[in-house]
Amino acid sequence: MNTLLVLPILVPFVTAILCLFAWRQIALQRWLSVVGTASLLVVGLILLYAVNRDGIQAVQIGSWTAPFGITVVVDLFSAIMVSITGLMGLLVMVYSLGSIDLERQRFGYYPLFCTLLMGVSGAFITGDLFNLYVWFEVLLISSFVLMALGGERRQLAGAIQYVVMNLISSSIFLAALGIVYSVTGTLNMADLALQIQQVQQPGIVNILAIMFLVAFGIKAAIFPLFFWLPASYDTPPIAVTAIFAALLTKVGVYALVRIFTLIFVQDMAGLREVMLVLAGLTMIVGVFGAASEYEFRRVLSFHIVSQIGYMLMGLALFTPLALAGTIYFLLHNILAKTNLFLISGVAQRLQGSYELKKMGGLYKNYPILGVLFLIPAFSLAGIPPLSGFWGKLLLVRAGLEIEQYLVVGVSLFVSVWTTYSMLKLWSEAFLKDSPQTDRPAQGLWQVGFVLLLPIIILSLLTVLMGILAEPVVALTQRAATQLMTPDDYIQAVLKG
Amino acid sequence: MEVVLAIVIGVLYATGVYMILRRSLVKLILGLVLLGHASNLFIFTVGRLTRSAPPIIPEGDKVLLPPYSDPLPQALILTAIVIGFGVQAFAIVLLKRTYQTVKTDDFDSITVAHL
Repeated sequence: MNTLLVLPILVPFVTAILCLFAWRQIALQRWLSVVGTASLLVVGLILLYAVNRDGIQAVQIGSWTAPFGITVVVDLFSAIMVSITGLMGLLVMVYSLGSIDLERQRFGYYPLFCTLLMGVSGAFITGDLFNLYVWFEVLLISSFVLMALGGERRQLAGAIQYVVMNLISSSIFLAALGIVYSVTGTLNMADLALQIQQVQQPGIVNILAIMFLVAFGIKAAIFPLFFWLPASYDTPPIAVTAIFAALLTKVGVYALVRIFTLIFVQDMAGLREVMLVLAGLTMIVGVFGAASEYEFRRVLSFHIVSQIGYMLMGLALFTPLALAGTIYFLLHNILAKTNLFLISGVAQRLQGSYELKKMGGLYKNYPILGVLFLIPAFSLAGIPPLSGFWGKLLLVRAGLEIEQYLVVGVSLFVSVWTTYSMLKLWSEAFLKDSPQTDRPAQGLWQVGFVLLLPIIILSLLTVLMGILAEPVVALTQRAATQLMTPDDYIQAVLKG
Repeated sequence: MEVVLAIVIGVLYATGVYMILRRSLVKLILGLVLLGHASNLFIFTVGRLTRSAPPIIPEGDKVLLPPYSDPLPQALILTAIVIGFGVQAFAIVLLKRTYQTVKTDDFDSITVAHL
């Protein structure tokens, strides 16, 4: 049995347990969590290297052969996602060291953070549909507690909406699992890819596909099931929001990509049309929501929704180039969006508010922070040579190749509006004079090195991902090719 | 028996959705619980309904002959029940905490206060 493949689950699990043992020693928990998340990053990169060299790898837990046992499969897409999970875990963990209050640290912030990462990595590498459900629940319960931890009034109100929507989604997912099992007799994803073709009732297969689209659509926050996201993401501490923004909706996108490239592939042209329309609407509604908001975090929250639309667009176009675009866009978006949330936290530290009306003068007083903000903001808007430009270029080219002009037009139109709301943030928070004349400017570094370090690293990565787009695009294209030819995946699981 | 269970599951789903759409927090949690039960019962029915026919291969035979009910969905719902139990317990505590903080059971006034 190849132990490496289960390490993305084991590493955060062990870290969480060790943190629980060190319940009263906060300092120890801090060190454990940083080491644990750093190890997850290392494991992810080793996996990526191994999968890139040797192809898709699978392991059967307890040596129960494939369709019967629990399968863990890592292909390039999974390995990429595990690596980025490790990276985000580490950076946001470092940021948390300086930004989470003592009360939350005392009540299990660090172990919860680790179980969240465990659930996310588990969802990325499982090869079994029911296990995917279990990992979803693991990450959900951790995120529920993280969101409500602290028990402030706004937090509770946001958490209720978040919890209820996700429980409904889980319930739909579970019912869909029941139908899948009853018509195919299997829940192993690779086996399912073969068995679903034997099902003689196209109606049931279509209904199933729609149920999965709804269940994962709620989690990924696609139109019209996104309302819980802007209602809840601005309530917890900024480090929690940042890790949620980085990973949670992306797990939904990952699940959608996985099942719509592996299981529901044949005769799905009609549903892909629907997904394309949903993608367009998600982009538009998200970006208009962002344009109308005047709170830093709510602007960014609506942008998460809008960007999910681009990822869905790549999946709906369903060509190798479009899927490569989706994966590239996922990576770019995780880096840029998390960074913006972290920056909003620093801005709040400096000015005491997230309300744009009460902010201002950040560029004058802290020019470095201004530059650090402009990099992810322009990247999100898609300005070359930053990473967002290449993501959009791939998606637009893929759309033009198969003559889907409408959605391409929508995506470009939304880009303009993204630029608008990024410029709004820039001019309101950074450029205009500060309305708080009584507040003396302090040194930027006084907010703490641990807050600025992750931001600097993320900005550098965004620039690097844009300048060195070639190798990254090549990697995502290989991952997309793997997704488009599921035979290798099926072989690796059933023969391995 | 399948017909009866189908109706029960349908009623559970309908009641669950109706309760979730109410404004009261207590009804919300009841709705979530019912929705969870509906899904579990649904998966249970999927595994076929038989009486006094354990899925054990008789000595000398190679395969299991019908009628038998598939034990795997039952194992699945065991997991789902445990998970559902944990999540619902959390949701109840969350709602109690919210009620203590906000001092109202009306969901609308909570969200309006939030905005």
